[in-house]
Amino acid sequence: MTRYDAPTHWQSRYDHFIGGEYVKPHGGRYFENPTPVTGQPFCEVARGTAEDVERAIDAAHGAAGAWGRTPAADRALVLNRVADRMQEHLQALAIAETWENGKPIRETLAADIPLAIDHFRYFAGVIRAQEGSLAEIDDDTVAYHFHEPLGVVGQIIPWNFPLLMATWKLAPALAAGNAVVLKPAEQTPASIHYLLSLVADLLPPGVVNVVNGFGVEAGRPLASSPRVAKVAFTGETTTGRLIMQYASENIKPVTLELGGKSPNIFFDDVSAAPDDFRDKALEGFTMFALNQGEVCTCPSRALIQQGHYADFLAAAVARTREIRPGHPLDSATMVGAQASNDQLEKILSYLDIGRQEGARVLTGGARAQLDGELSGGYYVEPTIFEGSNSMRIFQEEIFGPVVSVTSFADLDDAVKIANDTLYGLGAGVWTRDINTAYRAGRAIQAGRVWTNCYHAYPAHAAFGGYKQSGIGRENHKMMLDHYQQTKNLLVSYAPKKLGFF
Amino acid sequence: MSDLVTVTPAAAELIRSLREQHGPLMFHQSGGCCDGSAPMCYPAGEFRTGSSDIQLAALTVDGVPEPVEFWISRAQWDLWQHTKLTIDVVPGRGSGFSLEAPEGLRFLLRSTLARPDHA
Repeated sequence: MTRYDAPTHWQSRYDHFIGGEYVKPHGGRYFENPTPVTGQPFCEVARGTAEDVERAIDAAHGAAGAWGRTPAADRALVLNRVADRMQEHLQALAIAETWENGKPIRETLAADIPLAIDHFRYFAGVIRAQEGSLAEIDDDTVAYHFHEPLGVVGQIIPWNFPLLMATWKLAPALAAGNAVVLKPAEQTPASIHYLLSLVADLLPPGVVNVVNGFGVEAGRPLASSPRVAKVAFTGETTTGRLIMQYASENIKPVTLELGGKSPNIFFDDVSAAPDDFRDKALEGFTMFALNQGEVCTCPSRALIQQGHYADFLAAAVARTREIRPGHPLDSATMVGAQASNDQLEKILSYLDIGRQEGARVLTGGARAQLDGELSGGYYVEPTIFEGSNSMRIFQEEIFGPVVSVTSFADLDDAVKIANDTLYGLGAGVWTRDINTAYRAGRAIQAGRVWTNCYHAYPAHAAFGGYKQSGIGRENHKMMLDHYQQTKNLLVSYAPKKLGFF
Repeated sequence: MSDLVTVTPAAAELIRSLREQHGPLMFHQSGGCCDGSAPMCYPAGEFRTGSSDIQLAALTVDGVPEPVEFWISRAQWDLWQHTKLTIDVVPGRGSGFSLEAPEGLRFLLRSTLARPDHA
């Protein structure tokens, strides 16, 4: 067990990062940034407004042309160098991210930061290998297809994986040759600046611009600007619709990732033997507590087949009770702090409505009161509800360490319950039978069906939603299409006229 | 239908304050991840409602000259209609484009069963 020290590398104040340098906010105002670990502020951050966003868009337009013409090999080299620099400072980045977001250090060390590093490397690789195409229309006519960057894109980042989600959006956009104006979430505005302190010298000025601030003051001007060619957003449905509405005014594309209510399905044969596979499935159940449940694909509905329901659920409750809460910088801690006070309050409001609806609390069910400096932090007990799929706790993404369990009779019943949701982002299927796994996986209306695994996020596996979970895919080379135009040159090599005129 | 949505005194105070700063207001109830489930407060008309939405209430708030409309998507309301909603406010940072976030406050929805026999 290791207990890491609280980070000391923060600046007391962060301005906007525009055109390769730090720029004070036009309005001269800042907001405090608390760590959810203790609830205490540790820095203040520029409170951006439309003037700052305009300035950042200006800087991005100044840089986009040259960056877009930079050879793919050179752009890839920049991304690889960013990855190398992050690798050298992996531990410091992990500590910063834990302090910023409240998540356990074992996750930031093993998942958030390594995945972000690999993501830059992945897009460095795929942009090198991307090719245009040509089509021979006839003997004299060739259609050439070129990939061109969109230009300047806007990206609005969520607070649940501040660095990883920024990377998911930055890496493909930069690889494709775009300049970016990025707005971090106001709950987690600082760790991206620690990252910038490590990598800013590698980036041509203006290619990456970071404007901090509140959604209504900084996010809205960015999302509604006619001078950004595309907006990418991860968040919730109402803001997603508002961003689409702004985009419609400018006839600009959007990509949206808006969450889900992911089913995690455990067929009877999981319990056919008390072996490693069943143990892995129990860990898969407990994945609802990963990142305190603040994951768009949180497996927050567990569907357990009737034949092994009682035994599997009892084992799952026991496994959940082994989840160790504690200081997020302690390497033994499995569940840390919720990212903000309002998030904590929202989760508590769902624990309340779940009980009112008649769901049974099998474990947890309350705010966790930790001692000492953690007493002001935002902690929740991992909670298992047992109920039915029509309850609100089965239909809404609580975004906390809360899972709602129900049973199913057979494959058709499992698929019916799994699809009885407004969303379709993630799902899990656990079975020893490949035919069951295949049938279930194809029938579930979700963009990602983890099969005998859960919460793996390797680059090169497409991630995105069906239904109200959003538009577009991330984490795969196909993401380049979301950041590129197609230029067709239709060329005639015929010397003779057509004969019309 | 206005009894489907009520407002706590603290939320009413915040609505009054936002009304003074931003003019007439509206709410649209969010779903999905991150700040999903939060009632989002906008200048009236900023969020375009359509046939996929339903207006649950026109809230009367002391000191606010006009009713404040509260909207939700019909699909979401289908799943929520056994509950009554109360708009409260808590300290917080918020996200999305809701007007109150810079105040260090966040609207929060609390729910009670409209029909106790639902379970």
